[in-house]
Amino acid sequence: MSEVLSDNGAALKDLKDLVVSQFSDNVLETQYRYGELSIVVKRDSILKVLTFLRDDAGCLFKQLIDICGVDYPERAERFDVVYHLLSLKHNLRVRVKVHTDEDTPVPSTVSLFSAANWFEREAWDLYGIFFDNHPDPRRILTDYGFEGHPLRKDFPLTGYVEVRYDDEQKRVVYEPVKLVQDFRNFDFESPWEGIQHVLPGDEKAEDKV
Amino acid sequence: MSEQKIKNMTMNFGPQHPAAHGVLRLVLEMDGEVIERADPHIGLLHRGTEKLIEYKNYIQATPYFDRLDYVAPMNQEHAYCLAIEKLMGVEVPKRAQYIRVLYAEMGRILNHLLNLTAFALDVGAMTPLLWGFEEREKLMEFYERACGARLHANYFRPGGVAADLPAGLLADIDAWCDQFPKFVNDFDRVLTGNRIFKQRTVDIGTVSAEEALDWGFTGPNIRASGMAWDLRKSQPYDSYEEFDFDIPIGKNGDCYDRFLVRFEEMNQSLKIMKQAIKEMPDGAVIVENNKVAPPSRSDMKRSMEALIHHFKLFTEGFHVPAGECYAAVEAPKGEFGVYLVSDGSNRPYRCKIRAPGFPHLQGLDFMSKGHMLADVVANIGSLDIVFGEIDR
Repeated sequence: MSEVLSDNGAALKDLKDLVVSQFSDNVLETQYRYGELSIVVKRDSILKVLTFLRDDAGCLFKQLIDICGVDYPERAERFDVVYHLLSLKHNLRVRVKVHTDEDTPVPSTVSLFSAANWFEREAWDLYGIFFDNHPDPRRILTDYGFEGHPLRKDFPLTGYVEVRYDDEQKRVVYEPVKLVQDFRNFDFESPWEGIQHVLPGDEKAEDKV
Repeated sequence: MSEQKIKNMTMNFGPQHPAAHGVLRLVLEMDGEVIERADPHIGLLHRGTEKLIEYKNYIQATPYFDRLDYVAPMNQEHAYCLAIEKLMGVEVPKRAQYIRVLYAEMGRILNHLLNLTAFALDVGAMTPLLWGFEEREKLMEFYERACGARLHANYFRPGGVAADLPAGLLADIDAWCDQFPKFVNDFDRVLTGNRIFKQRTVDIGTVSAEEALDWGFTGPNIRASGMAWDLRKSQPYDSYEEFDFDIPIGKNGDCYDRFLVRFEEMNQSLKIMKQAIKEMPDGAVIVENNKVAPPSRSDMKRSMEALIHHFKLFTEGFHVPAGECYAAVEAPKGEFGVYLVSDGSNRPYRCKIRAPGFPHLQGLDFMSKGHMLADVVANIGSLDIVFGEIDR
């Protein structure tokens, strides 16, 4: 097992060097950890990089495994779009990332991989990431007529609307979420390891003083 | 008589349709009885699993994985546990690895039993489904004896498995393994050479190897197109490299080949299960590091430290070092992957679930183009769709 991993490591380092030499201006960061290679590239160069990774004889990442978003609200460009590629020929995986924000579109990769279609729709649906030239930019997982992007960190877990069947109107109605009890978000951080933030309720004590 | 312009008809299929394998709504654009375009509308079973996981600590999130592909629950937990173990650098004891392999293969047989027989039902053969459910019932009993639940197991844990197998279970599984080939044989005789079955499946929904790669197909669906690719062989996890088994591949990539590949996979899984039982090592079933795995019940009665560990583990949970990783397993339906981002706290920062059925269902459109309406049902059946994992 360890032998397999170390072989992989050497091959991934070669791959990293190859990509960096090809796209020295466009690669922002590379990381090799846990036997996996991540490459952060400039948003506009994603099509170039993915085309290279797909078609170059040293890469042949013919399969797009996944596209997903990750939200870091404190960053200026808050979203990561993460592409996972798999090369059956070389038995390697690589992760390519680009950064973007709520307004800036990322070039769509549907022209390179047909599988990207639904993955990008999902990223749009759940995070609100725009994809340029996407052939079918509809929502995919959420309800018809849904508003908001539920996997953003600032979207509440409970959501904003709830549905029920109304017996008088004989249809399903949408209503604002009513919670019988306040939403509780437990924080189990140990006091011995240091709590970084104000405990809920503490601010009231300060008001009195 | 003047020539009339014929308009394409749009047909709504589902969301409640017995052949849709769940809550699939298909909008079909039809020219007579020929499909022009199939537009699957998914998300009717969307439960926000990924969002919920971000609000739970790592151990509390495992049960969500049972509810993804509820036909073979443990295979999903497997990917999640592997991802956590990768981030934490935990080494799983040998016995736990073998138990996981045993149960993962059991899950594969569970899945294929349901899929193949339901597929047969979709194209007109009812008997296999009834036979298949009898075998599934026996297998779920083994699930129950190991972890107490027939479906939502929560058995695989980061660092091993929740509990050791009870006495006598391995012998019973072994006895089941000896009688299962009789079912396989009956199933084979009633279906594989059946003229009606072949008329419905041969040359239907053909997928070439290039198309399979382009559309992100994995698992039996890519193997049916002639690609010998199986993560258990190419990127072995747990102890799969120690097992002797073959990877069946198809030639034409049609519905019939996908059926045959899954069929043979059942035999191979049986082979792996027998090896796992025969060579099951002794020892611990979960790492002995109490920062990751709970101490034993008897320790807790005597040792204060064990009690504190238990309390901390089930309230705060463990902290996973900051980082990101992707772990994939060969689930019965294809590559099931978990992309886990940790910020160093006790909760996942982001847990993306890569379900194999998602790209498979996406491929339904190109597979069904030019086929008849009845062939859509065969295509759905042969793709092995379960909505728990697609809608998440």
